[in-house]
Amino acid sequence: MSDQKFPFSRRQFLTTTAIGAAVAATGSVAMPSVLRAQGTAVKLGVLHPVTGALSYSGQQGRLGATTAIEEINAAGGVKGLGKIDAVLGDAQSTPEGGTAEVEKMNSAGVACIVGGYASNICLATTQAAARYELPYVVDVGVADGIVTRGLKNTFRFGPGFGVISKTALANLAAINDQAGKPAKTVMIVHEDSLFGSGLAKLLNAQLPQQGFQVLETIPHPTPTRDFNNVVLKIKAQNPDIVIPANYYNEYVLLARAMRQQQIKLKGIYSVLGGAASSYKFVKEFPEAAKFIMDCNHWFDPRNEKAQALKKKVEGRGQFFTYEVYMNYSCVYLIADALQRAASADRAKLTAALASSTFSGHVMPYGPTKFVNGQNEGAAPVNTQVLDNDIKVILPPSFANAKPVFPMPA
Amino acid sequence: MSVLSSAILFPAVLNGLLTGAVYALVALGLTLIYGVLHIINFAHGALLSAAMFAAFFAFRLLGIDPYVAVFLLAPLFFAFGYALQRFIIGPASHRNDRNMLLVTLGIAVVIENALLYAFRADTRTIDVPYAFETVNFGFTFLAVPRVIGFAAVFVVALALWLIMNCTDIGRAIRAVAKERLGAELVGIDVAHVYAMTFGLGTACVAVAACLLIPNYYVNPSVGNAFVLVAFTIVVLGGMGSVPGALIGALLIGVVESLSGLLLGESLGQVGIFVIFIAVLLVRPNGLFGARA
Amino acid sequence: MKGLAPIVAVIAVLAAVPFIVQSNATLNFLVVSLMVALAGQGWNILGGYAGQYSFGHAAFFGTGAYVTAILQVRYGVNAWVGFAAGIAAGAALGAVIGALAFRSGLRGSYFALVTLAFAEVLRILASVAPITGAGVGTLIKLDLGAQTFQFQSRAVFYWVILGLVGVSLAAARLIEHSRLGVWLIAVRENEDAAEALGVNARSVKSLAMVISGAITAAAGCFYAQYFLFVDSGIAYGTWISIEALLTPIIGGVGTVFGPLLGALVVKSLGEGAKLVTGDVPGLDLILYGAVLVLVIWFTPGGLIGGFAQLRKRLMRSATRAAASIQEAGHG
Repeated sequence: MSDQKFPFSRRQFLTTTAIGAAVAATGSVAMPSVLRAQGTAVKLGVLHPVTGALSYSGQQGRLGATTAIEEINAAGGVKGLGKIDAVLGDAQSTPEGGTAEVEKMNSAGVACIVGGYASNICLATTQAAARYELPYVVDVGVADGIVTRGLKNTFRFGPGFGVISKTALANLAAINDQAGKPAKTVMIVHEDSLFGSGLAKLLNAQLPQQGFQVLETIPHPTPTRDFNNVVLKIKAQNPDIVIPANYYNEYVLLARAMRQQQIKLKGIYSVLGGAASSYKFVKEFPEAAKFIMDCNHWFDPRNEKAQALKKKVEGRGQFFTYEVYMNYSCVYLIADALQRAASADRAKLTAALASSTFSGHVMPYGPTKFVNGQNEGAAPVNTQVLDNDIKVILPPSFANAKPVFPMPA
Repeated sequence: MSVLSSAILFPAVLNGLLTGAVYALVALGLTLIYGVLHIINFAHGALLSAAMFAAFFAFRLLGIDPYVAVFLLAPLFFAFGYALQRFIIGPASHRNDRNMLLVTLGIAVVIENALLYAFRADTRTIDVPYAFETVNFGFTFLAVPRVIGFAAVFVVALALWLIMNCTDIGRAIRAVAKERLGAELVGIDVAHVYAMTFGLGTACVAVAACLLIPNYYVNPSVGNAFVLVAFTIVVLGGMGSVPGALIGALLIGVVESLSGLLLGESLGQVGIFVIFIAVLLVRPNGLFGARA
Repeated sequence: MKGLAPIVAVIAVLAAVPFIVQSNATLNFLVVSLMVALAGQGWNILGGYAGQYSFGHAAFFGTGAYVTAILQVRYGVNAWVGFAAGIAAGAALGAVIGALAFRSGLRGSYFALVTLAFAEVLRILASVAPITGAGVGTLIKLDLGAQTFQFQSRAVFYWVILGLVGVSLAAARLIEHSRLGVWLIAVRENEDAAEALGVNARSVKSLAMVISGAITAAAGCFYAQYFLFVDSGIAYGTWISIEALLTPIIGGVGTVFGPLLGALVVKSLGEGAKLVTGDVPGLDLILYGAVLVLVIWFTPGGLIGGFAQLRKRLMRSATRAAASIQEAGHG
């Protein structure tokens, strides 16, 4: 079958060295494209997994970031520094892809990088950026490990696991208490990678403390092709509440299967649910989406800028998902820090971020305060699908509706 | 309630059979292509994704119900598969099995990313009116689309069997599969037969897509979730064997379901591959396979 | 050891690169390419020389990565010892899978898919087992220093992986020249005939698998040290199984330099596609896939084979030209 000649030849040697050296010497590594803007002074790396398994979230994240950059530039750029050049990067949904982009962005001379999205990508990219003391603002990635490695360059604007699960449970207990404690038993259905497993562990530890009994914790892979057996178990054990923690696709299949098996629950209380607080889900499955509660990233509904952004994004035919407004807020945060630092110098920018007390974002966090890289004010919010819309039900200071619990039959 | 009680076990077995039927639809095309062309078609998953997009748009834009769209899309994808093999895969691989591997891999990358480029990454679903209708089977509800899928798989398998055994092209395909050189010598146009086989395999994928779409979602990488299991089933059943693929698929479906029940959905996936390894160690040519 | 001279030369030239190229982006690119080349060379021993195509080389890569990561994180083992342990684990796994698969007489596509099944089993187990951190994965603590096998400078990582690649090239070369090599080729070309001639096909293939597993595991250990995070999808995912078989086939199966050449070309292709198509998601990968198909179309024996053909053709036309000139001269 093989035609290969075995005696080694000069040809092979020449070919290999030639290509290897050529690749290296000509630096044929693709440099990221740079959105040209006039009078550019500041380069900002925008890194998201826009291809691969996470492409939808990556593209939404990029949309949020670039929208903010457009707005800032339209208003004249960062005061004193000029317009922002977005240096776009594709993490290809892998940590290696993300790391390669960080290297390129560093070579391109960015002042800061925003994005990453997935926890495992962020772990690698923040570390790669730390080599160059390049400030990095994590947009979503919720793993606690991201901010507990002592990296001075890493800032996370949104909340991590620990805060999310604590808030979720406190709110669940509050909602349950308010309704007269109709719910006692819980089943958790979570996806089995970093996000779902980490969350499930914390939930399992904290739920009993709030007086709930966990009947079963069901992990499942992403992707999962069929949830009928999971639903069978739910049906058999008849919990009061089901807590799903998974991505959009799996959540859709789970919700459909629950409807097909005619599961009756007192409540579906999702934590970081992929679809539970998604306009897309509400639009496509109004019947299945009714009354679902979620504890997730959400914008401040009373904030005018947020509403304006929502209109803008929906006007472009896109759904207003959390990746959009979190990245949008992160970019404004960075612009504010740039202005206060009055320089694109990385050390000054890092210091400006660390001392930031920024309120010009659209999230219900209050002014930013970074401790060891984590924004202390960051917290998730509780939403519920009511009247074919997603309303905030907790905390009361940001709420625009009251929780409906238990679910009406 | 114990997980082994019949109230859960029996519906789980049923679930397994229904899921297995979907796997069978995907695997049938693959086993046909393997049996004749002797390649594991890496592009199968991407073709499934493409077919699901086609089914999706047939419903969304043209209002054609998926079960009707089958009759439109199967011929369409047959032609697409034929052309793909005749004009790209065949020539590019120079009839070398191992190169066909890489060529189909390259094609998979192209198709998946073309879908991403054209349709973006959003997950889409259709909402057919009967999607939530169920058949009451004792203490469990079986979704109507899945039941239809189950019935359809036997129809498709029967149709394939009839084609392979009662038509001229079927005989030609079997001849080429058994002894390519000999077939060529008696005047069979092997390139044409290869292309017909690939076309048939792709048509099966189109049928699978139409039967999946009422109950599933579509995005550019949706096919990837089924490919590994399909490969496993093809080899388990014996490559090139249509009954093998069918039985293998139902078996795998039930194994997956039961091990998911007993070990949890995540660990339970291991059941598929453990059974697969176990069978092959004992019967290295698969359940119904001829010599490799 | 005359066969080793070209290898030394290639490695020496490549080793000079960090002195010429300062860009960390390029160095990172080369490090990852070399790592893939190493994984591919492992595959090549089994697939190219022994003719047993494996679809599940991720099993070795992931085992190397996890063993070294877990030993460091959970048992405080020194990183270098962990690296060696990872390689040993890869070799052991090769022995196990080889024993099972070859004893049952699995061949061809059946063998390929069994290896895939093993990789999948490991992936699933790794995603639920507490020792690997299950879904959360294993994070190696950032602690720059030679003793923890973490280097501030990318150049040092580059030299390490280059060294490993050099060793794997030498291993391939030595196998080629040895009796093992002859047996492997005999088994590859016609296993039954080889057996008839007295070659113990089973042990020869198993040995190839052990060596193959060790080399690919080394690539996995390196991944863990370079990126400091391993989870089941990274360790045992199909991505690395595909890279491990893509690079030798493109470069030239059963040749010493095939995987290295293939890795550099394939990775450069990916970068080049991005350069040409810009930021639109998916477009660069479409180009990448299309070029892949074209490369196979026009160089079915891999690139090294392709250059051989080109050279032959050039020589033939040169000879013909020379002959016709001579004729004209005499005419």
